[in-house]
Amino acid sequence: MKQHSGTLGRLATLKLLAQRFAFLSLVMASFALMLLGKADTVLVERVRVAVGDAVAPLLDVMSRPAGAIAEVVGAVHDLAELRAENVRLKAENAKLMHWQMVARQLDNENRAFRQQLNFIPDPDPSFITTRVIGDTGGAFVHSMLINAGGRDGVRKGQAVIAGEVLVGRIAEVGQRSARVLLLTDINSRIPVVLEGSRAKAILTGDNSDRPRLSYLSPNTNASPGDRVVTSGHGGAFPPGMPIGVVSSVQDGVVRVEPFVHRYQLEYVTVVDYGLPGILPSEAAAGEGRDR
Amino acid sequence: MKTTFLQRLDQVVRQLLPFSLTLLLVLLDAMPTRLPGFAAVAPLLPLISVYYWAIYRPELLPPSVAFALGVINDVIIGTPLGVSALVYLLVQGMTASQRRFFHGKSFLVAWWAFGLVAVVALMLQWILVSVIFGHMLAPQAVIVEFVMTVAFYPLLCWLFARTQLALMRQ
Repeated sequence: MKQHSGTLGRLATLKLLAQRFAFLSLVMASFALMLLGKADTVLVERVRVAVGDAVAPLLDVMSRPAGAIAEVVGAVHDLAELRAENVRLKAENAKLMHWQMVARQLDNENRAFRQQLNFIPDPDPSFITTRVIGDTGGAFVHSMLINAGGRDGVRKGQAVIAGEVLVGRIAEVGQRSARVLLLTDINSRIPVVLEGSRAKAILTGDNSDRPRLSYLSPNTNASPGDRVVTSGHGGAFPPGMPIGVVSSVQDGVVRVEPFVHRYQLEYVTVVDYGLPGILPSEAAAGEGRDR
Repeated sequence: MKTTFLQRLDQVVRQLLPFSLTLLLVLLDAMPTRLPGFAAVAPLLPLISVYYWAIYRPELLPPSVAFALGVINDVIIGTPLGVSALVYLLVQGMTASQRRFFHGKSFLVAWWAFGLVAVVALMLQWILVSVIFGHMLAPQAVIVEFVMTVAFYPLLCWLFARTQLALMRQ
């Protein structure tokens, strides 16, 4: 009898040991995955993209009710402010009409100059507009999943815009879904210029709502309200796309308030400007093969 | 008494509930809410689920399942691979090993303990992500995320308790 309970006790100890061992090996596996993510980004990306493609239809369906609720709330809100909005829009329209006239004149003038200079225009962009199906919440990454992928012509490194303003760039592409790296993400770097002073800088995301301007030369005067646009350097984005305005200058740290608000994005547009981009490897190789 | 195929299927579905509920929360976290400012500090809902089941039904959400859910979360949300996996695994292990402490204790005690677990979990996640990205992340958003996560605990806890009562009575 005593021996029997001894065997049982030993068995229990063994079981506990096995459990501890399994737990420890899972901990090790987590660290191994982290290392793998750092070392073999291509493999990890492929897995991410495959899973993204698999859950895309599900997320698409799940994100529809949220959109509908937001629409109803928006409609009620709009109704309440209809009059004030109307007055504001009329004033704005008058101003815009004036701007349109100026723009037409400038456009004509530009065309004439270009003809004289034999200027080679930028290639015409193509657009893919798609629904946002995933806004990955949390304090650690700022990215979005969109409902278009490689089969729709989305390529890595392309610019993503909403209206006219820059949202971010395509970071990963699957067959029917893609991940957008928002310009506020800690891994986002965008070459920009201050529209007024033409001072160049890099817009550096840091997971806060207001990304920072780094590598701004120290003798430039950035002041709140300055418009920040893409510079087109590095060939990632075309020059002159609006990003935001300088919101604060404190101790040499210049922060930019983006025009785009993450929560408002329901549809975004992926733009292909035919630029080589800063991520030439896969996109360029893929196009090379197609030809 | 012999169990029929349908009864067995029913059993399996019930046993898969903790896993599928947590998976649903992962997807819910990835859903666009269109609430101003919410996305950056969205609560870590799956963490609540892992903690809850580690106390009340650890055999249905063992360490391996917590690990797998973490990997799925990393892949979908876009955090560096392995980070959530380690965090969920440790939360499961930490909680399940202390589960006797919770027996017969009130809801408030469990909530308070969840606060402690969440502090450790988010700190660990913050450190790991900062190390992997090579930049110090601003702590404000993480602190707000912690508050949001703890604030969502009672609601989810109530839902889980209802589910457990309705579908998983032993």
